[in-house]
Amino acid sequence: MKERSVLIVGGGPAGLAAAVAAYDAGVRDVLIVERDSRVGGILKQCIHPGFGLHRFGCELTGPEYAERYAEEVRRRGIEVRTGTFVTGVTPERVVTLQSREGIEEIRAGAVVLAMGCRERPRGALNIPGTRPAGIYTAGTAQRLINVEGYLPGRRVVILGSGDIGLITARRMTLEGAKVLAVCELLPYSGGLARNIEQCLNDFDIPLLLSHTVTEIHGKERLTGVTVSSVDENRRPIPGTERFFDCDTLLLSVGLIPENELTEKLGLPLDRRTGGAAVDTDRQTAIPGVFACGNVLHVHDLVDYVSGEAELAGKAAAAFAKGELAAGEELAVTAGAGIRYTVPQRVRRGETAEIYFRFSDVSRKVEVYAEADGTPLAVKKLLRAAPGEMQKLKVSVPADSANLTIKMRPQA
Amino acid sequence: MKEKHYTCIICPSGCEITAVLDGEKIVSITGNTCKRGEEYVKNELTCPMRTLTTTVCGFSGRPVAVRTADAIPKAKLFEAMAEVNAFRPSRPVRFGETLIADLAATGVPLIATASEEE
Repeated sequence: MKERSVLIVGGGPAGLAAAVAAYDAGVRDVLIVERDSRVGGILKQCIHPGFGLHRFGCELTGPEYAERYAEEVRRRGIEVRTGTFVTGVTPERVVTLQSREGIEEIRAGAVVLAMGCRERPRGALNIPGTRPAGIYTAGTAQRLINVEGYLPGRRVVILGSGDIGLITARRMTLEGAKVLAVCELLPYSGGLARNIEQCLNDFDIPLLLSHTVTEIHGKERLTGVTVSSVDENRRPIPGTERFFDCDTLLLSVGLIPENELTEKLGLPLDRRTGGAAVDTDRQTAIPGVFACGNVLHVHDLVDYVSGEAELAGKAAAAFAKGELAAGEELAVTAGAGIRYTVPQRVRRGETAEIYFRFSDVSRKVEVYAEADGTPLAVKKLLRAAPGEMQKLKVSVPADSANLTIKMRPQA
Repeated sequence: MKEKHYTCIICPSGCEITAVLDGEKIVSITGNTCKRGEEYVKNELTCPMRTLTTTVCGFSGRPVAVRTADAIPKAKLFEAMAEVNAFRPSRPVRFGETLIADLAATGVPLIATASEEE
């Protein structure tokens, strides 16, 4: 059986950054396995700017950001197999690859899972009505326009105000389509504030908060949707129905980490992140199996994906060389106002950067880590929103019984 | 005195900025956490600027990602789009090359942000 020190599943931003970090940590036989014909992942279709401000200090488009990492990978001569699917990984780190050449098994010193995420489809929403053509996830529409060269429709309603939906609203408008409305079930948008400004407000596209699509009309092609207001329990309010005459409905209703391989490995998923639980090295509960990027938890900024992937890649290299530091671990709990944290475990006596998301929208809050009732690190924020991931640097005590990340209003 | 509210689009922080105006005159700009926020609001009050990203029809007939090298006036976005969509390259597009030197008379070039697949 062929062997590689570090095998990376996925050649998107996480996989590329992990590969570069593993190589730079001294491992020369790194292999990236990518199912598409090119590396870069979803960045290839994200042609808008806004990437790289944290990492490179300038605003890049998706393809430009991907190119920077692809170039780093090429310069190091890191092996990349495109057009190749990983169909299985065992806890002993035997990886099964499938491509035009056939099926092959490779034994890996360490495996980095970097499969990214997928969009939540219509089937997950239970919208009543017919099943006509013209209903796409926002990312599919984005791919059709930016990669395939087709405009999916002329009159558009978008359900969900995630960033991909907002970006696609602007993109379709620039290409001549009319976006009638963006409907958001929640009383706030999950998208970045800047995207509401530059993608909707710039083009006078209404954002209907606490609204949802309650019926789909049309036989062959979509002919319209019914939109209703919802109450505080997200139930449609009878009598508020409005008909929108449209030929296209785009869904931007959330992303789900793509963890089929992770589950096959026997790793339980954290129900809040949808990914495996990891330690500060982004190592899962199976030694030598690491995870990073959107497969671990859905990020809003690729810059953080790259950072996380570097941790995973570096640690994977260390593991492959038998040099990965170990230590006594402490579980991190998501406390009041916090939806989840990554990592979910930290090592005692080390400084850890803990990423987290808020459960709800609020203003003027403090976030802090608490160990045995003592606050350790306090960070003040003007604005808390579930759509914007935050981080907190914590010196993990050597002897405390617990560690909780909490939020409270500023005093 | 008049207050105008902005969400800064320069970076993902999305600062909420308030400008106090006395007629045309800016009295104060508050809420920004960096210098670029102030500049953004000044531009919004006079000539809002946006970076345009879109695709051109590549030599192969498939889309290739492009961007303006700098921000252009927001009012010119659709004029710029018409020019970009009429453009046809005479050879395969390469990453970073200038495709249109002066897009929609803005003085800003249009550059490729991807290469065509070989």
